[in-house]
Amino acid sequence: MHHEAPLIDIFGLTFNLANMLMITVASAIVLIIAVLSTRRLAMKPTGIQNFMEWIMDFVKGIINSTMDWKDGGRFHVLGITLLMYVFVANMLGLPFSVSYNGELWWKSPTADPVITLTLAVMVVGLSHYYAVKLKGTAEYGKEFFKPFWFMFPIKIIEEFANTLTLGLRLYGNIYAGEILLGLLAASLATGVGGHLAAALPMLVWQGFSVFVGAIQAFIFTMLTMVYLSHKVSNDH
Amino acid sequence: MNFVLGAATGLNTGDILFQLVMFLILLALLKKFAWGPLMGIMKEREEHIAGEIGTAEKTRAEAQKLLQEQRDMLKQARTEAQGLIENAKKQGDLQREEIITLARTESERIKVSAKLEIEQQKEQAVAAIREQVASLSVLIASKVIEKEISEADQEKLINEYIQEAGNAR
Repeated sequence: MHHEAPLIDIFGLTFNLANMLMITVASAIVLIIAVLSTRRLAMKPTGIQNFMEWIMDFVKGIINSTMDWKDGGRFHVLGITLLMYVFVANMLGLPFSVSYNGELWWKSPTADPVITLTLAVMVVGLSHYYAVKLKGTAEYGKEFFKPFWFMFPIKIIEEFANTLTLGLRLYGNIYAGEILLGLLAASLATGVGGHLAAALPMLVWQGFSVFVGAIQAFIFTMLTMVYLSHKVSNDH
Repeated sequence: MNFVLGAATGLNTGDILFQLVMFLILLALLKKFAWGPLMGIMKEREEHIAGEIGTAEKTRAEAQKLLQEQRDMLKQARTEAQGLIENAKKQGDLQREEIITLARTESERIKVSAKLEIEQQKEQAVAAIREQVASLSVLIASKVIEKEISEADQEKLINEYIQEAGNAR
């Protein structure tokens, strides 16, 4: 069970075709779910519109728990998209994985640190962007020397630590889940004994992975809002 | 066993770019086609509900006013009806009194006229008897004078004449 990644080089950039495929699939699924569920909007919501509105209210609750709606309202769309995208991406690798010619094609895109760190860097970058935009450069700069000037190095480290933990937490959880699923799947293929031994843990672990995937999507969105509020709000 | 997922050999710079671009595209598409309209309708509903609450409050106040009005009107109607009944009763009493007095005077009048008539009849009868008696006396006297009659005959004669007079009457 030795998986390689299908890599190609274009313009000096290295692309992992499997990641590109899975990112596209995840995005497409999120888009399809979202668009289908908001096709027939009604004042009196029914069925899937209710579900979408519940998600919106859920994200609204997350934002409201970290900052003022006056500041946080602008991140609503970002929050919902992140939550759904990360959740769908986490789920993709659960039912099966597909490898072709020894190259792993179907997996969770979030089981790759490059992807999760990209999202994390994007989030932290956004937090800096909005800090400058909303509070001005001077105020933004001063934040690094509060409450004491000698905290500056720690503050700088904090930014990198935030980024790394945000990305790697998601990656670690999903990657570990997929490894275990892979191991169990390998046992399933060894014979009758292996099959019997691995069937139940497989079932349990898949159920648990759904839970972990949902929790990680929630945590990712939650921490995004926390970091954004740290930068944007004035009461810190 | 060796799992190689993603960036095992160097940094996949292309993936970073692709993920970033895809996410931004997804964000834009969702905002335009899903979240935007959904937020719009939620906002609209919020306003609709607020408006409905306002309308309901206004309607309730109006209903309260109407109810009060109706109550007042009912009370007024009731007192009016009470007055009407009172009036009718009074009128009835008056009329009864009137009828009774009228009947009384009428009966009095009838009684008086009946009495008068009875008196007249009696007088007439008495006068007739008197006349009869007078003519009988004259007749008896003339008979007595005409012939001497015995005591018994006389008695018999008188009785005869009285009988006669009674029959003639």
